[in-house]
Amino acid sequence: MPIFSYIVLSIALFSIGIVGVLTRRNAIIIFMSIELMLNAVNLMLVAFSKMHQNAAILAGDVSGTAGMDGQLFVFFIMVVAAAEVSVGLAIIVMMYRNIHSVDVNFLNRLKH
Amino acid sequence: MNIIQILFWFLSVLAIFSALMVITSKNPIYSVLWLIATFFAISGHYIMLNAQFLAIVNIIVYAGAIMVLFLFVIMLMNLNKETEPQKSRWLKIAGALAGGCLLLVLVAALKNSVTKEQFATVNEGSIGLIKNLGKELFTTYVVPFEISSVLFLSAMVGAVVIGKKE
Repeated sequence: MPIFSYIVLSIALFSIGIVGVLTRRNAIIIFMSIELMLNAVNLMLVAFSKMHQNAAILAGDVSGTAGMDGQLFVFFIMVVAAAEVSVGLAIIVMMYRNIHSVDVNFLNRLKH
Repeated sequence: MNIIQILFWFLSVLAIFSALMVITSKNPIYSVLWLIATFFAISGHYIMLNAQFLAIVNIIVYAGAIMVLFLFVIMLMNLNKETEPQKSRWLKIAGALAGGCLLLVLVAALKNSVTKEQFATVNEGSIGLIKNLGKELFTTYVVPFEISSVLFLSAMVGAVVIGKKE
């Protein structure tokens, strides 16, 4: 597939994540939109890694291992995202326990 | 239109439609379920790109572990359509416009940066197989791999410390 198709798809998913962060007030939905953005970036990295491998093979690389770094980056992004989700959800649960809501508009104490 | 293009369009439409449903559903439970559908569509893309290891990890880690955690927290808090806080209509329109502008600007900026000859090879290549990725992970990337285990340990301790009743 042409790489531009994957670029457009990833940008579309990323923008939908941005819209989700901007238009929702539920902290959990905002968190899920951030996960969506991370996945859009992951998809882009995998597509670029395959494009890089294709270019290296066309340029005469016989080993065919070019572009593997991109997929390992995706692996590490998933690792960091898993750690982030566990801590973030713990924070949201603590916030729910204190103010009995997941509405981010109540979290404005730094403003005053 | 061959089978690869049909699959690509099917998975892309599925991913974008479910992503839209994630941010438009009133009920948080439906949002989580649509997000799982999005992750499955993205995993389908990974399989098409022959990144089989990442496809499996995506399903196990994201759709399996992280989404179950989300679902568990939402059910624990008993969130539903009635308790869902809503922004005003103008803020929603402004947010959608801002996201649409970002989409337009990024696509327009990247349109001329790639040529028609640049392809992401589909259904071939062996760099996504677990044999090659594992070899690279445990030789070149062994230090980040070990550090990520420390990260997981600290995340585990952090989640327990934050979550426990004081």
